[in-house]
Amino acid sequence: MALTTRRSRLSTALRYALLVAVALVFVFPIVFMVMSSLKPDLQLLRDTTSFNAFLPVGDISLDNYFAAFRRAPVALFVFNSILVTSITVAVSLFLCSMAAFSFVFLNWKGRDVVLAAVIATLIVPFETIAIPLLLVVNNLPWIGPNGLTTGWLNTYHVQIVPWIADALTIFLFVQYFKDLPKDLVEAARIDGATWFQVYARVIVPISGPVIATAAILKFLAMYNQYLWPLMVTQSEAFRPVMVGLQYFFQLNVAWGEVMAYLSLITLPVLVFYLALQRAFIASIASTGIKG
Amino acid sequence: MSAKSTSKLQKHTLAGWLMATPAVGLITLFLVVPFLLAFVLSFTNQRLVSPNPTQFVGLSNFEQLLGVGTLMLEPERDDAGAIVRDARGEPEYPRVRDYTRNNPDYLQLSGMRELAAMSWGENRLVFLARDVVFIKAVLNTLAFVAVVAPVQAGLALLLALLINQKLRGINVFRTIYFMPVVVSIVVVSLLWRFIYAGQSGLLNTLLGFLTLGNFQPVDWLGNPATALWSILAMSVWQGVGFHMVIWLSGLQTIPESLYEAADIEGATGWQKFRYVTWPGLRNTAVLILIVITMQAFSLFSQIDVMTKGGPVDSTQSIVFQAVQRGYVQQDIASGSAISVLLFLIVLTISLLQRWLTRERN
Repeated sequence: MALTTRRSRLSTALRYALLVAVALVFVFPIVFMVMSSLKPDLQLLRDTTSFNAFLPVGDISLDNYFAAFRRAPVALFVFNSILVTSITVAVSLFLCSMAAFSFVFLNWKGRDVVLAAVIATLIVPFETIAIPLLLVVNNLPWIGPNGLTTGWLNTYHVQIVPWIADALTIFLFVQYFKDLPKDLVEAARIDGATWFQVYARVIVPISGPVIATAAILKFLAMYNQYLWPLMVTQSEAFRPVMVGLQYFFQLNVAWGEVMAYLSLITLPVLVFYLALQRAFIASIASTGIKG
Repeated sequence: MSAKSTSKLQKHTLAGWLMATPAVGLITLFLVVPFLLAFVLSFTNQRLVSPNPTQFVGLSNFEQLLGVGTLMLEPERDDAGAIVRDARGEPEYPRVRDYTRNNPDYLQLSGMRELAAMSWGENRLVFLARDVVFIKAVLNTLAFVAVVAPVQAGLALLLALLINQKLRGINVFRTIYFMPVVVSIVVVSLLWRFIYAGQSGLLNTLLGFLTLGNFQPVDWLGNPATALWSILAMSVWQGVGFHMVIWLSGLQTIPESLYEAADIEGATGWQKFRYVTWPGLRNTAVLILIVITMQAFSLFSQIDVMTKGGPVDSTQSIVFQAVQRGYVQQDIASGSAISVLLFLIVLTISLLQRWLTRERN
């Protein structure tokens, strides 16, 4: 009996050792990034030849962060990213859930064909339409403070409007709504509520889980976007954080500043993830039905 | 159908369209229209800015991209019929350009360049392509996909099995393994440039430490033989947590009672995996392979940040080429043609997935 306990204790210890070893593989670049952001360039490069690369040793300071703010309009890039991401997520949740409501609860001509067509767009990778999309937005009109203008390049809306509606978000809401009891909707209709009131006052309040899932997926996709903002924002005024990175590679590259900037744009997402990790992982698992 | 229900249907139609139109309209304008436009543009000579009017050019963009040919070169012989050899004793062959430029007997090879060559007996077999860089991009992308799909899916399954154990604190490890997924691929690519650096890169440091200094440092991204595979390893590191979670949700659909039954039968760990776990994961396996494959075909950001297609075109990818031509060189027609080709590949894979999943049902 004592032998079995000892053996199982040993096997448990081995399992934990394996789990920890794998965990190190996944965290070491991130630890390296944060530690390097605190070191002067010379030390940073010297430390990569030893395990000091992962330790807060030597001349530790926040100087690189201050230098990064001096080198580039970091606050502007962060503001742009937050503005573009939050507006897109909010409007996307509203319009996509409303469309899904219509697909699930309303009975209208052409509904099934339109829904099938929307779902079919899931297999079109963005990369295959990036160039013609550029041509489309370059010829679209916009009414703004300057009156009627043509061409959307170098604006906020070129980064927002094309990304509002997407098939995955609609699909997630459709799947969730399908499992809701139909009686709720019918009861509200009998009470004289309009369809929009049923959507806004009956369905939305009980859709918390799917709203969280869709919001997280959309947030990650938008905040981490690279190719599209790279193509449509030639002027720095509208650039988001990922494209702003280019600033740190002009003229002499200061790696400490690069690491500080990378930490600055990554750590908030990581904190957000760690705080809501259950919801993040559940949202990825729920896309498993996709395909 | 009664008159009442018909009128009810019509009422629904107005409300239904009103509520669906904003989202459906945006998808139409920003996805369906560009998608159709890509097809149209790929048959033209459209450029972003051009003094000449746009013309339809038929399939010539595709012929330009996909044109390939082979050429068998016989060694040069002197008057006696002996093979002419160079200073190193290698046979000398006629120049490829004698066939591909202004040679009326080889018009089908006109304008092509050498892609690769191999010896064929005493002859030399030369593979030619009209667009060498694009063909290399296609070959690289196919190699990338063929390796990354099984490797990433397999590692993700191993991680899922590791995480599926009943151990205290196991969720902490799940959280850590998933962490790189939320980090931008641009950030990840920059960090890994340090890991892969030739002189004092972290990977060389680590390998030197593990081999007690017997490891010869490699410039992982600067060497044509290692660059693509280094990018692949990094992509797996970043993405594997995503597919681990999908495997995990598949694992958790397998009823506990099956494992209990297997325990009673005295099954070993491997037998339980082979006869209980794996059959319950087949649908998940197809899904994961498809998702990884589609993501791998869109390989772009890593290339753009780490290598820009080099060294010597060893990391060119299909999407990187589409962006290079359509955006950087403003050759919209050529970029669109590449996009259409990429879409056709992805479509084929989706249809294959449908076929694979239908067969079983």
